[in-house]
Amino acid sequence: MSYGRGLRVLSFVTIATITLALALVFFYAPLDVNQGFIQKIFYIHVPLAITALCGFVFGGLLAIGHLRTGDRKWDLRSYVAIHMALIFGVAGLITGSIWAKASWGHWWVWSDPTLVSFLIVMLLFATYQPLRFSIEDPERQARYASVFAIVAGAFVPLNFIAVRMAQGFVHPRVLTLTGGHLPGSMGLTFAISLIGIALLYTTLWKYEIAAKQARMQLRRLRRAALGEDALRPLGRSAAPS
Amino acid sequence: MTSVLAAAPALPLHTAGPYVAAAYIVFVALILIYVAIMARKLTRTQRELRELRRNLEVKEDPEPSVHETSQRSERAQERIA
Repeated sequence: MSYGRGLRVLSFVTIATITLALALVFFYAPLDVNQGFIQKIFYIHVPLAITALCGFVFGGLLAIGHLRTGDRKWDLRSYVAIHMALIFGVAGLITGSIWAKASWGHWWVWSDPTLVSFLIVMLLFATYQPLRFSIEDPERQARYASVFAIVAGAFVPLNFIAVRMAQGFVHPRVLTLTGGHLPGSMGLTFAISLIGIALLYTTLWKYEIAAKQARMQLRRLRRAALGEDALRPLGRSAAPS
Repeated sequence: MTSVLAAAPALPLHTAGPYVAAAYIVFVALILIYVAIMARKLTRTQRELRELRRNLEVKEDPEPSVHETSQRSERAQERIA
């Protein structure tokens, strides 16, 4: 059994893309007329937020695989997808707050629907781990977590559409259905940044799954070779075991 | 909120620089923390793998010669791989 197939190539591609993105951000993309140098934060903040939201939806789609097949590997993939999306989401929130402080003079603005809706999505998915932890039986844990991941994952695009339809928002719009407001060089830099962050998400997702599968396999080997007594009892865990 | 934006023109570079640096440092720091946690888990897996190999050797023959030990270690390693 091989773990993390293609992970090495993916890692190199990710590093190259992120390096290229950083070079474009600081040496190629022009300064924004309205926001100046602060706008550089957008090249990291927006891709992080988009990747996090896509990661939540991805976790929901993988959870469908678990409910359809009953195969626990789909639960593991869904768990890791949501786990990674949470990390990216936290990074998106922090970088967004830094931008808000620099641009608006406040770390957080409750009247902005985009900020608040993103926070709601984050808080919703923050309950995913405690939900898993509260269920001891691994089968039930995986099933309930999959149902949660699907329902919460479906909430993400609904939430996104609702905010877009809301009137009177002030959050800067980087991308729109009609092509967005970015000039060519900024658009290219943003696209490379988004691809870089998405690749980083994929690499870390594969890395985490490979590590978890290796540990599971090691445990099975120990059981097969030395018997049940050789295994240390598994502690209660939110992660699939 | 519109008034807040209107009253907040583009910051000069020396003021904006620390904010931009902070945002990118947060990103790099989160990745480094994640990699450090993963490295710790990997070390634990390697340690458990070594333990398993040792246990397998002991199980096969409690008191082997030095030559046999190395041969069995290789066999156990192949089995694990």
